[in-house]
Amino acid sequence: MSLKSEGKFVVIVPAYNESGRIASTIAGIRKFSEANIIVVSDGSLDNTADEARQSGAVVIELSFNLGYGAALQTGFKYALKKGYQFAIQMDADGQHDPAAIPALIEPVLKQEADVTIGSRFLGKNEYKSPFFRRAGIIFFAFIASLLTGKKVTDPTSGFQALNRKVMELYASDEYPVDYPDADVIIMLHRRGLRFIEVPVTMKRVIGKVSMHSGLRPFYYTFKMLLSIFVTLLRGKGGGRI
Amino acid sequence: MTLHQKIFALFVGIGVFVVILEMVRSKKLEEEYSFLWLIVGLGIVVLVLWEGLLKWLTDLIGATAQTTTIFIFGLVILILINLHFSIKITKLSKQVKEITQLVAILRINDIEKR
Repeated sequence: MSLKSEGKFVVIVPAYNESGRIASTIAGIRKFSEANIIVVSDGSLDNTADEARQSGAVVIELSFNLGYGAALQTGFKYALKKGYQFAIQMDADGQHDPAAIPALIEPVLKQEADVTIGSRFLGKNEYKSPFFRRAGIIFFAFIASLLTGKKVTDPTSGFQALNRKVMELYASDEYPVDYPDADVIIMLHRRGLRFIEVPVTMKRVIGKVSMHSGLRPFYYTFKMLLSIFVTLLRGKGGGRI
Repeated sequence: MTLHQKIFALFVGIGVFVVILEMVRSKKLEEEYSFLWLIVGLGIVVLVLWEGLLKWLTDLIGATAQTTTIFIFGLVILILINLHFSIKITKLSKQVKEITQLVAILRINDIEKR
Protein backbone atom coordinates (compact mmCIF):
# COMPACT_ATOMS: atom_id res chain seq x y z
CA MET A 1 0.00 0.00 0.00
CA SER A 2 1.53 3.27 -1.03
CA LEU A 3 1.16 5.82 1.69
CA LYS A 4 2.02 8.63 -0.67
CA SER A 5 -1.19 8.07 -2.57
CA GLU A 6 -3.24 7.43 0.55
CA GLY A 7 -5.70 10.26 0.56
CA LYS A 8 -8.24 8.98 3.01
CA PHE A 9 -6.49 10.05 6.15
CA VAL A 10 -5.99 13.49 7.52
CA VAL A 11 -3.33 14.94 9.78
CA ILE A 12 -4.72 17.03 12.64
CA VAL A 13 -2.35 19.50 14.26
CA PRO A 14 -3.52 21.51 17.26
CA ALA A 15 -1.48 24.69 17.54
CA TYR A 16 -1.25 27.47 20.09
CA ASN A 17 1.12 30.32 19.31
CA GLU A 18 3.33 28.29 17.00
CA SER A 19 4.27 31.10 14.65
CA GLY A 20 7.70 30.39 13.17
CA ARG A 21 7.37 26.67 13.79
CA ILE A 22 4.09 25.70 12.17
CA ALA A 23 5.30 26.13 8.56
CA SER A 24 8.23 23.77 9.04
CA THR A 25 6.00 21.27 10.84
CA ILE A 26 3.63 21.27 7.86
CA ALA A 27 6.54 20.98 5.42
CA GLY A 28 7.81 18.04 7.47
CA ILE A 29 4.46 16.26 7.26
CA ARG A 30 4.36 16.81 3.48
CA LYS A 31 7.66 14.97 3.11
CA PHE A 32 6.09 11.79 4.40
CA SER A 33 2.49 12.00 3.37
CA GLU A 34 0.16 13.67 0.94
CA ALA A 35 -2.69 13.62 3.41
CA ASN A 36 -4.69 16.77 3.99
CA ILE A 37 -3.49 18.74 6.98
CA ILE A 38 -5.85 20.42 9.42
CA VAL A 39 -4.34 22.94 11.77
CA VAL A 40 -6.52 23.91 14.72
CA SER A 41 -5.34 27.26 16.01
CA ASP A 42 -6.37 27.30 19.66
CA GLY A 43 -6.97 31.00 20.03
CA SER A 44 -3.40 31.78 18.99
CA LEU A 45 -2.38 35.40 19.48
CA ASP A 46 0.33 35.33 16.80
CA ASN A 47 0.39 34.51 13.08
CA THR A 48 -0.04 30.76 13.50
CA ALA A 49 -3.27 30.64 11.48
CA ASP A 50 -1.96 32.75 8.57
CA GLU A 51 1.30 30.86 8.38
CA ALA A 52 -0.54 27.54 8.36
CA ARG A 53 -2.90 28.75 5.63
CA GLN A 54 0.03 29.96 3.52
CA SER A 55 1.54 26.50 3.88
CA GLY A 56 -1.63 25.06 2.41
CA ALA A 57 -3.26 23.56 5.50
CA VAL A 58 -6.95 23.77 6.25
CA VAL A 59 -7.09 26.08 9.26
CA ILE A 60 -9.73 25.94 11.96
CA GLU A 61 -9.51 29.00 14.15
CA LEU A 62 -10.97 28.82 17.65
CA SER A 63 -12.07 32.23 18.90
CA PHE A 64 -10.20 31.74 22.14
CA ASN A 65 -7.97 29.28 23.88
CA LEU A 66 -9.91 26.15 24.83
CA GLY A 67 -7.02 23.87 25.74
CA TYR A 68 -5.07 21.16 23.95
CA GLY A 69 -7.72 18.43 24.17
CA ALA A 70 -10.55 20.68 23.04
CA ALA A 71 -8.52 21.98 20.09
CA LEU A 72 -7.69 18.46 19.02
CA GLN A 73 -11.31 17.47 19.43
CA THR A 74 -12.35 20.28 17.08
CA GLY A 75 -10.15 18.67 14.44
CA PHE A 76 -11.80 15.29 14.99
CA LYS A 77 -15.27 16.78 14.75
CA TYR A 78 -14.34 18.40 11.46
CA ALA A 79 -12.70 15.24 10.12
CA LEU A 80 -15.77 13.18 11.01
CA LYS A 81 -18.00 15.71 9.30
CA LYS A 82 -15.81 15.54 6.20
CA GLY A 83 -16.05 11.76 6.16
CA TYR A 84 -12.41 10.90 6.82
CA GLN A 85 -11.92 7.29 7.87
CA PHE A 86 -8.50 7.72 9.47
CA ALA A 87 -6.57 10.48 11.17
CA ILE A 88 -3.15 11.26 12.55
CA GLN A 89 -2.83 13.65 15.45
CA MET A 90 0.43 15.40 15.91
CA ASP A 91 1.85 18.39 17.77
CA ALA A 92 2.65 21.62 15.96
CA ASP A 93 5.86 22.48 17.75
CA GLY A 94 8.15 20.06 15.95
CA GLN A 95 8.39 17.66 18.88
CA HIS A 96 7.03 14.80 16.80
CA ASP A 97 9.15 13.49 13.96
CA PRO A 98 6.89 13.18 10.89
CA ALA A 99 9.09 10.33 9.60
CA ALA A 100 7.05 8.10 11.92
CA ILE A 101 3.75 8.87 10.17
CA PRO A 102 3.86 5.83 7.81
CA ALA A 103 4.71 3.47 10.67
CA LEU A 104 1.94 4.92 12.82
CA ILE A 105 -0.83 4.84 10.24
CA GLU A 106 -0.04 1.45 8.75
CA PRO A 107 -1.46 -0.80 11.52
CA VAL A 108 -4.61 1.34 11.57
CA LEU A 109 -5.06 1.19 7.80
CA LYS A 110 -4.50 -2.56 7.91
CA GLN A 111 -7.07 -2.76 10.71
CA GLU A 112 -4.58 -4.37 13.06
CA ALA A 113 -5.41 -1.70 15.61
CA ASP A 114 -8.02 1.00 16.14
CA VAL A 115 -5.40 3.40 17.36
CA THR A 116 -1.63 3.51 17.41
CA ILE A 117 0.21 5.59 19.98
CA GLY A 118 3.67 6.85 19.22
CA SER A 119 5.96 6.07 22.12
CA ARG A 120 9.21 7.95 22.62
CA PHE A 121 10.36 5.28 25.06
CA LEU A 122 10.10 2.23 22.83
CA GLY A 123 13.12 1.11 20.87
CA LYS A 124 16.26 3.15 20.62
CA ASN A 125 15.50 6.62 21.74
CA GLU A 126 17.42 9.47 23.14
CA TYR A 127 14.54 11.49 24.42
CA LYS A 128 15.62 13.25 27.55
CA SER A 129 12.90 14.62 29.75
CA PRO A 130 13.08 16.51 33.02
CA PHE A 131 13.06 14.25 36.07
CA PHE A 132 9.56 15.04 37.37
CA ARG A 133 8.07 14.79 33.93
CA ARG A 134 9.69 11.40 33.43
CA ALA A 135 8.57 10.24 36.87
CA GLY A 136 5.00 11.28 36.07
CA ILE A 137 5.06 9.45 32.75
CA ILE A 138 6.44 6.27 34.37
CA PHE A 139 3.82 6.44 37.12
CA PHE A 140 0.87 6.83 34.77
CA ALA A 141 2.32 4.36 32.28
CA PHE A 142 2.40 1.85 35.13
CA ILE A 143 -1.22 2.54 36.10
CA ALA A 144 -2.36 2.35 32.47
CA SER A 145 -0.47 -0.92 31.96
CA LEU A 146 -1.96 -2.35 35.14
CA LEU A 147 -5.52 -1.44 34.24
CA THR A 148 -5.38 -2.40 30.58
CA GLY A 149 -3.19 -5.48 30.90
CA LYS A 150 -1.07 -4.20 28.04
CA LYS A 151 2.33 -2.61 27.99
CA VAL A 152 1.96 1.15 27.97
CA THR A 153 5.17 3.18 27.97
CA ASP A 154 4.10 6.63 26.86
CA PRO A 155 0.51 7.50 27.84
CA THR A 156 1.15 11.24 27.40
CA SER A 157 1.94 10.90 23.72
CA GLY A 158 -0.05 13.19 21.46
CA PHE A 159 1.34 11.47 18.38
CA GLN A 160 -1.33 8.96 17.36
CA ALA A 161 -3.04 7.42 14.37
CA LEU A 162 -6.66 6.42 14.71
CA ASN A 163 -9.68 5.18 12.83
CA ARG A 164 -13.20 6.54 12.72
CA LYS A 165 -14.39 4.58 15.75
CA VAL A 166 -11.74 6.19 17.91
CA MET A 167 -12.37 9.58 16.32
CA GLU A 168 -16.00 9.27 17.38
CA LEU A 169 -14.95 8.59 20.97
CA TYR A 170 -12.50 11.49 20.90
CA ALA A 171 -15.19 13.77 19.49
CA SER A 172 -17.57 12.87 22.32
CA ASP A 173 -18.10 14.43 25.72
CA GLU A 174 -15.88 11.78 27.28
CA TYR A 175 -12.73 13.30 25.86
CA PRO A 176 -10.85 15.60 28.25
CA VAL A 177 -10.51 19.24 27.19
CA ASP A 178 -7.07 19.77 28.70
CA TYR A 179 -4.46 17.03 28.48
CA PRO A 180 -5.58 13.59 27.36
CA ASP A 181 -3.34 11.01 29.01
CA ALA A 182 -3.60 7.62 30.69
CA ASP A 183 -7.31 8.21 31.31
CA VAL A 184 -7.97 8.12 27.56
CA ILE A 185 -5.95 4.91 27.15
CA ILE A 186 -7.99 3.26 29.90
CA MET A 187 -11.15 4.57 28.25
CA LEU A 188 -10.07 3.04 24.92
CA HIS A 189 -9.40 -0.29 26.59
CA ARG A 190 -12.74 -0.35 28.36
CA ARG A 191 -14.55 0.43 25.12
CA GLY A 192 -12.89 -2.60 23.55
CA LEU A 193 -10.85 -0.44 21.17
CA ARG A 194 -7.49 -1.96 20.26
CA PHE A 195 -4.43 0.17 20.76
CA ILE A 196 -0.77 -0.52 20.14
CA GLU A 197 2.32 1.54 20.78
CA VAL A 198 4.71 2.27 17.95
CA PRO A 199 8.22 3.61 18.52
CA VAL A 200 8.64 7.20 17.40
CA THR A 201 11.26 9.87 17.77
CA MET A 202 10.49 12.96 19.79
CA LYS A 203 12.64 15.99 20.23
CA ARG A 204 12.62 18.43 23.07
CA VAL A 205 11.51 21.76 21.78
CA ILE A 206 13.79 24.64 22.66
CA GLY A 207 12.47 28.05 23.57
CA LYS A 208 9.00 26.96 24.51
CA VAL A 209 7.32 27.10 27.87
CA SER A 210 6.19 23.60 28.70
CA MET A 211 2.52 23.08 29.25
CA HIS A 212 3.56 21.15 32.33
CA SER A 213 5.40 23.79 34.31
CA GLY A 214 5.12 25.52 37.68
CA LEU A 215 2.56 24.11 40.06
CA ARG A 216 0.70 22.40 37.25
CA PRO A 217 2.30 18.97 37.73
CA PHE A 218 0.65 18.72 41.15
CA TYR A 219 -2.75 19.70 39.88
CA TYR A 220 -2.21 17.53 36.86
CA THR A 221 -1.30 14.42 38.86
CA PHE A 222 -4.35 14.87 41.04
CA LYS A 223 -6.62 15.52 38.08
CA MET A 224 -5.34 12.48 36.22
CA LEU A 225 -5.82 10.16 39.20
CA LEU A 226 -9.35 11.44 39.65
CA SER A 227 -10.02 11.15 35.95
CA ILE A 228 -8.81 7.54 35.88
CA PHE A 229 -10.85 6.73 38.97
CA VAL A 230 -14.09 8.10 37.53
CA THR A 231 -13.37 6.46 34.18
CA LEU A 232 -13.36 3.17 36.08
CA LEU A 233 -16.51 4.12 37.99
CA ARG A 234 -18.35 4.86 34.77
CA GLY A 235 -18.04 1.26 33.71
CA LYS A 236 -17.44 -0.26 30.34
CA GLY A 237 -20.16 1.41 28.37
CA GLY A 238 -19.22 4.87 29.49
CA GLY A 239 -22.37 4.80 31.57
CA ARG A 240 -23.08 8.49 31.50
CA ILE A 241 -26.55 9.59 32.45
CA MET B 1 -30.45 33.32 72.60
CA THR B 2 -30.29 36.76 74.13
CA LEU B 3 -32.52 39.51 72.80
CA HIS B 4 -29.41 41.23 71.49
CA GLN B 5 -28.46 38.16 69.43
CA LYS B 6 -32.03 37.73 68.21
CA ILE B 7 -32.26 41.30 66.97
CA PHE B 8 -29.00 40.99 65.10
CA ALA B 9 -29.92 37.63 63.50
CA LEU B 10 -33.37 38.91 62.50
CA PHE B 11 -31.78 42.01 61.01
CA VAL B 12 -29.41 39.87 58.88
CA GLY B 13 -32.10 37.36 57.85
CA ILE B 14 -34.64 39.98 56.82
CA GLY B 15 -31.90 42.03 55.16
CA VAL B 16 -30.78 39.13 52.95
CA PHE B 17 -34.37 38.26 52.09
CA VAL B 18 -35.34 41.79 51.10
CA VAL B 19 -32.17 42.47 49.09
CA ILE B 20 -32.53 39.23 47.10
CA LEU B 21 -36.22 39.86 46.46
CA GLU B 22 -35.43 43.33 45.17
CA MET B 23 -32.71 41.92 42.88
CA VAL B 24 -35.17 39.43 41.40
CA ARG B 25 -37.74 42.17 40.95
CA SER B 26 -35.27 44.37 39.08
CA LYS B 27 -34.10 41.34 37.08
CA LYS B 28 -30.52 41.55 38.32
CA LEU B 29 -30.88 37.99 39.54
CA GLU B 30 -32.69 35.07 37.96
CA GLU B 31 -35.34 33.33 40.04
CA GLU B 32 -33.34 30.12 39.70
CA TYR B 33 -30.35 31.62 41.47
CA SER B 34 -32.37 33.45 44.10
CA PHE B 35 -33.97 30.32 45.52
CA LEU B 36 -31.17 29.19 47.82
CA TRP B 37 -30.38 32.75 48.87
CA LEU B 38 -33.97 33.33 49.91
CA ILE B 39 -33.85 30.15 51.96
CA VAL B 40 -30.84 31.53 53.86
CA GLY B 41 -32.73 34.69 54.80
CA LEU B 42 -36.02 32.99 55.51
CA GLY B 43 -34.38 30.14 57.42
CA ILE B 44 -32.59 32.49 59.77
CA VAL B 45 -35.81 34.39 60.50
CA VAL B 46 -37.72 31.15 61.13
CA LEU B 47 -35.03 29.79 63.44
CA VAL B 48 -34.92 32.98 65.46
CA LEU B 49 -38.68 33.29 65.86
CA TRP B 50 -39.46 29.59 66.37
CA GLU B 51 -37.43 28.92 69.47
CA GLY B 52 -38.65 25.31 69.85
CA LEU B 53 -37.32 24.33 66.44
CA LEU B 54 -33.99 26.00 67.11
CA LYS B 55 -33.66 24.20 70.42
CA TRP B 56 -34.58 20.86 68.84
CA LEU B 57 -32.07 21.37 66.02
CA THR B 58 -29.35 22.44 68.45
CA ASP B 59 -29.82 19.24 70.46
CA LEU B 60 -29.96 17.20 67.26
CA ILE B 61 -26.59 18.37 65.95
CA GLY B 62 -25.05 18.42 69.42
CA ALA B 63 -24.20 22.11 69.47
CA THR B 64 -23.98 23.91 72.81
CA ALA B 65 -25.07 27.37 71.72
CA GLN B 66 -28.15 28.09 69.66
CA THR B 67 -26.23 30.74 67.72
CA THR B 68 -23.97 27.95 66.45
CA THR B 69 -26.98 26.22 64.90
CA ILE B 70 -27.91 29.35 62.98
CA PHE B 71 -24.30 29.78 61.95
CA ILE B 72 -24.03 26.19 60.71
CA PHE B 73 -27.34 26.48 58.90
CA GLY B 74 -26.04 29.50 57.00
CA LEU B 75 -22.76 27.76 56.24
CA VAL B 76 -24.41 24.63 54.86
CA ILE B 77 -26.64 26.67 52.57
CA LEU B 78 -23.60 28.66 51.38
CA ILE B 79 -21.82 25.42 50.52
CA LEU B 80 -24.87 24.29 48.57
CA ILE B 81 -25.02 27.59 46.72
CA ASN B 82 -21.35 27.25 45.75
CA LEU B 83 -21.84 23.69 44.63
CA HIS B 84 -24.75 24.83 42.53
CA PHE B 85 -22.47 27.42 40.91
CA SER B 86 -19.72 24.88 40.26
CA ILE B 87 -22.20 22.64 38.49
CA LYS B 88 -23.47 25.57 36.46
CA ILE B 89 -19.95 26.67 35.54
CA THR B 90 -19.10 23.15 34.40
CA LYS B 91 -22.17 23.10 32.21
CA LEU B 92 -21.52 26.57 30.84
CA SER B 93 -17.87 25.75 30.07
CA LYS B 94 -18.98 22.71 28.17
CA GLN B 95 -21.51 24.72 26.22
CA VAL B 96 -18.99 27.46 25.46
CA LYS B 97 -16.54 24.80 24.22
CA GLU B 98 -19.18 23.24 21.97
CA ILE B 99 -20.23 26.61 20.54
CA THR B 100 -16.65 27.74 19.99
CA GLN B 101 -15.84 24.52 18.15
CA LEU B 102 -18.98 24.76 16.06
CA VAL B 103 -18.37 28.39 15.14
CA ALA B 104 -14.78 27.58 14.14
CA ILE B 105 -15.92 24.69 11.94
CA LEU B 106 -18.73 26.71 10.36
CA ARG B 107 -16.33 29.56 9.70
CA ILE B 108 -14.00 27.28 7.80
CA ASN B 109 -16.82 26.00 5.60
CA ASP B 110 -17.57 29.63 4.88
CA ILE B 111 -13.99 30.25 3.76
CA GLU B 112 -14.03 27.11 1.61
CA LYS B 113 -17.17 28.25 -0.23
CA ARG B 114 -15.72 31.61 -1.13
